[in-house]
Amino acid sequence: MSLLETQGLTAFYGDFQALFGVDLRLEEGETLAVIGANGAGKSTLMRSICGLIANSADQIRFEGRGIGALAAPDIVRLGIAMVPEGRKLFPSLSVEENLLVGCYGRSGRVWTLDTIYDLFQQQMVAIGRALMSNPRILLCDEISLGLAPVVIRDIYAAFPKIRAGGASIVVVEQDIGQALAVADRVYCLMEGRVTLTGTPSSLTRDAIHAAYFGAHTT
Amino acid sequence: MNWLDTIVQGVLLGGLYALFAAGLGLVFGIMRLVNLAHGDLIVLAAFLVLLLASALGLSPFVAAALAPPAMVAFGWGLQFVVLNRTLGKDILPPLLVTFGLSIVIQNGLLEGFSADSRRIPAGALETASLQFGPVSVGTMPLLTFLSAIGVIVALNLIFYHTDLGRAFRATSDDRATAGLMGIRADRIFATATGLAMMVVTIAALYLGTRANFDPTMGPARLIYAFEAVIIGGLGSFWGTLAGGIILGVSQTIGAAINPEWQILAGHVAFLLVLLARPRGLFPRAVD
Repeated sequence: MSLLETQGLTAFYGDFQALFGVDLRLEEGETLAVIGANGAGKSTLMRSICGLIANSADQIRFEGRGIGALAAPDIVRLGIAMVPEGRKLFPSLSVEENLLVGCYGRSGRVWTLDTIYDLFQQQMVAIGRALMSNPRILLCDEISLGLAPVVIRDIYAAFPKIRAGGASIVVVEQDIGQALAVADRVYCLMEGRVTLTGTPSSLTRDAIHAAYFGAHTT
Repeated sequence: MNWLDTIVQGVLLGGLYALFAAGLGLVFGIMRLVNLAHGDLIVLAAFLVLLLASALGLSPFVAAALAPPAMVAFGWGLQFVVLNRTLGKDILPPLLVTFGLSIVIQNGLLEGFSADSRRIPAGALETASLQFGPVSVGTMPLLTFLSAIGVIVALNLIFYHTDLGRAFRATSDDRATAGLMGIRADRIFATATGLAMMVVTIAALYLGTRANFDPTMGPARLIYAFEAVIIGGLGSFWGTLAGGIILGVSQTIGAAINPEWQILAGHVAFLLVLLARPRGLFPRAVD
């Protein structure tokens, strides 16, 4: 039984269908990369798994149990934490409080978010906040967005430690290079469907291009 | 006219307005819900305290200590079952529903208690006063003011030093992301309204013991509460106290010049603050 599995996952924004039957599997201890162009449905996939978008219960399974219909607060209690696109830190809470939200602990103000101008540090707070719930699965939605390549490398360098701490990881990226370097397996989405899957070493550049853009390169 | 006396009385009156306003500001700050029935809920709580005090022969303070569980439960249920369904992008549904609730509460109280004006008897305390130099201060107004400070200190402790307070502020910032942290917004909102009903009960005790009240006087209390919240801004509970004091002092100064000007002076002060500082004296850092 897989740790996390989607079976024929469909997702809608009102009348607009964004996912058309996505099948994805995450095994314990694995890192997955989900890649694809803008609008391919990567973020929708992540928002479906973490409960921000409601789905049919059986379309998403966590250790065999259908969780697709659960809301976000119930999903995070199962041990699936999300680093949302754009970080979404709480601006009126201090750094420490951002980390403490959702878990019991001390209180008090040390630094405020105003003092972090560095996007790298903000992203680390966002990842740290998700890790505070001690997740079995960490979902990372476009964590490299707006960051310099050298900074992105530093963030991804922390992934082995996160995995060693007991969390399996799903990353969604437009930056294919980083995603391929860190992942055990890759899913490529296009227009709400999985167009390619495999280990990074098994995929040729051309195959990825075709799956990514929907046109064969010559 | 004794200016010092006028100002002191105004400041103490501001304590009552801050009590009216604290619950309203709390709910608006967390969920952007303007509760038009807030004044009527204060009157409802005043009748509950009166009922407990007269039926059981209790002191109003003991009765007010017994009333919160019922009021908190009512507020929690009201928010969870009714008001949560009105929250969304559209600001109109909560206004309509709480406006309707205001009418329901007023007519329910008229049915149950008639239109007679009542007062919660507080015995010798009603007329007791303390002498501070040239100024004589009523014991009840002083207790009102000290209670307002107590309520604000308590709310600050809850907001800035507890997990619940962090959850309040996180949900206020970004409901969806708070959900990702395991915070159930519907329950947080219900808890906030329950907490507001606790403050409402304290406000009702002083509303009912200081002067007469009747089932239809809720909306006028709502206006004072609104004005205190808006003068203060949404950045801090102390701002609400400042808003209440500005309103109270303006009213007593207005009344000292000409008794007809009491209410008007308060509204004029409110408009002047609104002109000079549209976001209030202590605005929220992030909106």
